[in-house]
Amino acid sequence: MDAVLDNLDVFAEGFTRTVTLTLLAAVGALLLGTLIAAMRVSPVPPLRWAGTAYVQLVRNTPLTVVFFLVVFGLPEVDVILSFFQFAVLALSLYTAAFVAEAVRSGILSVPSGQAEASRAVGMTFGQTLRLVVLPQAFANIVPPLASVFIALLKNTSIAGAFFIFEGTQSMARLINANGDQAIAILAAAALAYLGLSLISSALFGLLERRVTVSR
Amino acid sequence: MRSLRLSSLALTAALAMTMTACGGDDGDDEVAAPPVDTAPEFAAGSRMAELAEAGKITVGTKFDQPLFGLKGLSGEPEGFDVEIAKIIAGKLGIAEDDITFVESVSANREPFLEQKRVDMVVATYTINDKRDMVVDFAGPYFQAGQDILVAKGNPKGIDGPESLKGKKTCSVAGSTPAETLQTEYGLTTADLQLVDVYTKCRDALANGQVDAVSTDNVILSGYVDAAPDDFELVGKPFTEEPYGIGIPEGQEDFCDFINETLAESVQDGSFEEAFKATAGKVIDTVPTLPAPRGCDK
Repeated sequence: MDAVLDNLDVFAEGFTRTVTLTLLAAVGALLLGTLIAAMRVSPVPPLRWAGTAYVQLVRNTPLTVVFFLVVFGLPEVDVILSFFQFAVLALSLYTAAFVAEAVRSGILSVPSGQAEASRAVGMTFGQTLRLVVLPQAFANIVPPLASVFIALLKNTSIAGAFFIFEGTQSMARLINANGDQAIAILAAAALAYLGLSLISSALFGLLERRVTVSR
Repeated sequence: MRSLRLSSLALTAALAMTMTACGGDDGDDEVAAPPVDTAPEFAAGSRMAELAEAGKITVGTKFDQPLFGLKGLSGEPEGFDVEIAKIIAGKLGIAEDDITFVESVSANREPFLEQKRVDMVVATYTINDKRDMVVDFAGPYFQAGQDILVAKGNPKGIDGPESLKGKKTCSVAGSTPAETLQTEYGLTTADLQLVDVYTKCRDALANGQVDAVSTDNVILSGYVDAAPDDFELVGKPFTEEPYGIGIPEGQEDFCDFINETLAESVQDGSFEEAFKATAGKVIDTVPTLPAPRGCDK
């Protein structure tokens, strides 16, 4: 236990970065994922194909491979960002595929009469989506989105293998320095992830109650 | 502490091995077999007499460590450790073909010796106190040390661990080299870019995403060997990792014999020859044999 209590600052630095990574990637994934979902339901076939291709390609690729392609592939074509930016990018690209599917299921859950009525009163496809369909869709998909973002929180640990000092890397460092207390350190890291997941769950629970009431 | 680093090393080296195999640059510099004594004489009952009588020996070595013990597509391990084992076997009158090489990764070296599944271990085996409690060490025969790998031409002017502050240095998370840089040389988590295997460090250095890579010079040398136009070693090791030859406890006669054999191999030039044909492809100067640490407990 001493190794954990004496090194809370190391843990704090690591897990703070875990949280920052999660938040930034969640925003990126939400924006990109919504865009892709919109593409998948759009009336323009090439957009639909592109959206479907993206989801199938990224969702069926291990996150480690996505990280490899982003961190080592992009510099080959002269896209050089900081490792932190690369990590946010890789996590956003990957999570966006899952967000897109959740959003699409939300869109499909909105009765088609709603969209038809909107078109009938002269709204464009964009207006229909933005003003009528998506607000109802998002209210329906809070639980699956919560799962996606909790997975994202845990997925940030892959960044630890790609130059980012986050939670698991702080754990690895402490274990190397205190090999006799490895179990305590592992348990502490697990607890940290559990704590963060529970907080996210609670926040999403709150959000769920909010949006359900407003409907 | 060491096991994590060495298992990552194993992974890295496994990747490096694949690359070497692709390069197909081996074969032309085949090492001449060290001399085999025809009828060596040993005191009856000594460990050497037992081995010479049996006419064969089992040696634990690494199969994934470029330049020291690397088993490529040829199926025969190659490297400085392997050559050292052949020199010792030769003095026992055991020919190269009668040596059985067994893969010894970092985690199984002590158990193999304790269970006597191998007669000796020559496997980039750093002598330290914890290990010395369960096995005996002859040698050391080589002194490794933590060094720094930089891009060819050293554009950032890095000349030692002190000059790494404020630059991006890559190493493996939770490894002893990374810890040394943090605790002894004051590098922060902002300076250090840590990954899980050394090949990622190498790739990031090749891309210019980091300024330096730091770990044992032996590992780094392998990368210079594979890409001499891309990388160079700073060449000033700043830690000491003496590689010894592990033998089971209680074989002092064998230990003394190995130390004598090492000293003789320096005199007759086979030590230099073995080094030049293997690790010497990257490390310019043939190292002097470190002083033996003695076999008494």
